[in-house]
Amino acid sequence: MSTKETEIQIGNVKNRDWGKFLRSNGGVLALIVIVLFNIAFTPNFLQMQTLFVNISQVATIAIVAMGMTLVIATGGIDLSVGAIMALAGALAPLIFSSEFGQAYPTLGIIAAIALPLAAAVFCGLFNGLLIANLKVQPIIATLIFFISGRGIAQVLTNGNLQTFSNPSFSYLGTGKILGLPFQGWLALAIAIALYFVVTRTTFGRYILAIGGNERAAELAGGPVKRVKIGVYMICGVLSGLAGLIVVAINSASDAARNGNLMELDAIAAAVVGGALLQGGRAPIFGAILGAVIIQLVKYTLLANGIEDEVALIAKAVIILAAVYIQQARKE
Amino acid sequence: MTQLLSMSGINKAFAGISALSDASLEIEPGEVHALIGQNGAGKSTLIKILTGVYRRDNGVVHFNGLDSTISSPREAQEARIATIYQELNLVPLRSVTENVMMGYEPKFFGVFIDWQSAHKRTEEILARFGIDIDVRAPLGSYSTAIQQLVAIARAVSLNARLVIMDEPTSSLDTSEVEVLFGVVKGLKEAGVSVLYVSHFLDELFEICDRVTTMRDGKTVDCRNIAGTSKLELIAGMLGRDVGEIEQSGMTEFNGGAKGLEKGEILITAEGVSTGPRLNDFDMTLHRGEIIGLGGLLGAGRTEVARAIFGVDRLVKGRLDVKGGTGNLDTPAAAITSGVGFLTEDRKAEGIIPDMSVRENLTLALLPKLKKFGQIDRAREKELVDHFIKALGIKTSDMEQPIRELSGGNQQKVLLARWLAINPDVLILDEPTRGVDVGAKREIQSIIREAVENGVGVILISSEFEEIVEGADRIIVLNEGRIVSELENPGITEEVLVRALAQTSEQTA
Repeated sequence: MSTKETEIQIGNVKNRDWGKFLRSNGGVLALIVIVLFNIAFTPNFLQMQTLFVNISQVATIAIVAMGMTLVIATGGIDLSVGAIMALAGALAPLIFSSEFGQAYPTLGIIAAIALPLAAAVFCGLFNGLLIANLKVQPIIATLIFFISGRGIAQVLTNGNLQTFSNPSFSYLGTGKILGLPFQGWLALAIAIALYFVVTRTTFGRYILAIGGNERAAELAGGPVKRVKIGVYMICGVLSGLAGLIVVAINSASDAARNGNLMELDAIAAAVVGGALLQGGRAPIFGAILGAVIIQLVKYTLLANGIEDEVALIAKAVIILAAVYIQQARKE
Repeated sequence: MTQLLSMSGINKAFAGISALSDASLEIEPGEVHALIGQNGAGKSTLIKILTGVYRRDNGVVHFNGLDSTISSPREAQEARIATIYQELNLVPLRSVTENVMMGYEPKFFGVFIDWQSAHKRTEEILARFGIDIDVRAPLGSYSTAIQQLVAIARAVSLNARLVIMDEPTSSLDTSEVEVLFGVVKGLKEAGVSVLYVSHFLDELFEICDRVTTMRDGKTVDCRNIAGTSKLELIAGMLGRDVGEIEQSGMTEFNGGAKGLEKGEILITAEGVSTGPRLNDFDMTLHRGEIIGLGGLLGAGRTEVARAIFGVDRLVKGRLDVKGGTGNLDTPAAAITSGVGFLTEDRKAEGIIPDMSVRENLTLALLPKLKKFGQIDRAREKELVDHFIKALGIKTSDMEQPIRELSGGNQQKVLLARWLAINPDVLILDEPTRGVDVGAKREIQSIIREAVENGVGVILISSEFEEIVEGADRIIVLNEGRIVSELENPGITEEVLVRALAQTSEQTA
């Protein structure tokens, strides 16, 4: 019996080491593989233009995925991110194109950014109150805005595509700093700020504690409700910001398409980045890595003339692989 | 008479830790057999081996004269062993009939369920138990008691030869218990054996024929219940005989040994009630004393802790905590007023498994570690370092995830979590459960030291020597009410056991 046991144990150790390696480096490995593949097969991959396009596209996924990572770290989920993007995106042009916005352009721009973000925070607050105070399952609570948020956005815009020309607002999505897109820098700044929050503040510590063992966190005096509401508000405001960026990139607001399926991209990016769906881990830079992988997969398939639908399947495969690696960890 | 069930030499270990060693159990046909023992004695494990939930490491099981090869609950059912668990395994949203008939529905042409006769048969089965309810209504719309009886009815309708009841009366009121006892007696008359697990010893005398006692994974005794006293049963569960009980010096405590002058009052509880499980509780806790809460499982000890710590709302009474303002309504408020609560269930309510020793240790202290909006990491490390050394916590370093530590060391980290807040009051619910002997003594001396530094401690422990020797006073609870108060020095295990036995007699 003892020999058999030892063998099994040795086997486990090997498996665990391999799993551990995949877990801590799987994302980076995948990224390297994708980049190498592109260098070999995608025409014009190693060009500034490619980098520029990809960064400007990935920033929105990354920003939302970071908010999602915090939510997932508490053991929750937020399905409303895409709808909040649409809502914030629909509000902005309405504000700076209004009579007030025309008369006072500077104030108009400030309001066109601040008010949609305030609305997004409010959506997050609503989600958080439902989840923390009324104990509604996160997936159900956030389903409310998932369904109604985009509806509200479409009602606000009468379902029309709103095009505009407003260079100051468009800077959000088309501006450059040191030759790279403004929103890329913005995402990086947010990542650094959130990383600080997660690792250095009591709020961040409580996020991880709640995800790790909510009951124990509460009995140790953790402000469980406030922290939960807080993460949904952060996730809300980041989604709103992403919604504004998308509108700025396109110089147009399309309530039907802005942020469509973003919840899936964000969850996928968070999970690929190493977030555990049961909570307790908040890898902020992992979320960025996850977002980059998802963006690059999309780009690779597109650049090689493969249909968008196939990209969806590819995303599903990535999520499956990430979840499989996570499961291996628990055994 | 040949045995219906005979289990012998059963061993079972989980992850190298022995849960059962040489356990045995014998049940005769038509017998009501009690199985008793403290928490963790191995009762549930033994039952789960019998019903195929767990697989035994070795040992022999004979059921109905045959070698038993039961390896799943389904097979146990087919062998006509029915189990009624504490948590009912029925489907509350479906009708009573569906629950009773599940898997055995009468059918037309072997496909379509014949609801007419299904309802009728269900009504007949339930009528035998004196239950007259609408069998078409969802099971969940009835009381727990009815649900429990429905579960039993289902078991009986499957022609069980052995019915296992795990704490069947814990959620029943007196009249419902009577109905249940009637059912058990009926089963017995019909030649069905019943294995009856209960913490309420008085019940056993009323309906059981024999009683098997387990302790630390072993079967230590099996006897006829006639001619046995409650005191003997309790002594058997605890592993003491009356002569041995007076032996002292088994723990690191020596409660009541110091002078009797008491420090300032830390907690005053007057008529505190939080529901049916804690009623009209009075207590005064002073600085530098340990109050022990005595009682068997479900006596209301943990409820006292939960009331003081602001987990359960008071429905009546008053609770004054020094530095607090009236009743505390959240754990956070309790902690701010200097109360710490080491919970009984380390895994579910204590540790955050994936977090490091450092993060677990400072969790309750976090609000005080805040400096300029962030955690003062230098001070945090210094504190953690201090406690690791002072409490002798064995960890490779403070960044090791707490789940990798042994039970005793996890417990020390949790104890340090509360010592770190410089508490006035420490509530300790089973502080040494599941830790090895060495760590146990260390934890006890840490508690003693805290008390000498002026902390008031409320100690809950199922290990009698711990509270007998540790507490300055023991408040004995039964069914949520105080039944007596004992003062140290002068308490022996015998005195405490007698107090407990008396309480069960009084309520009988």
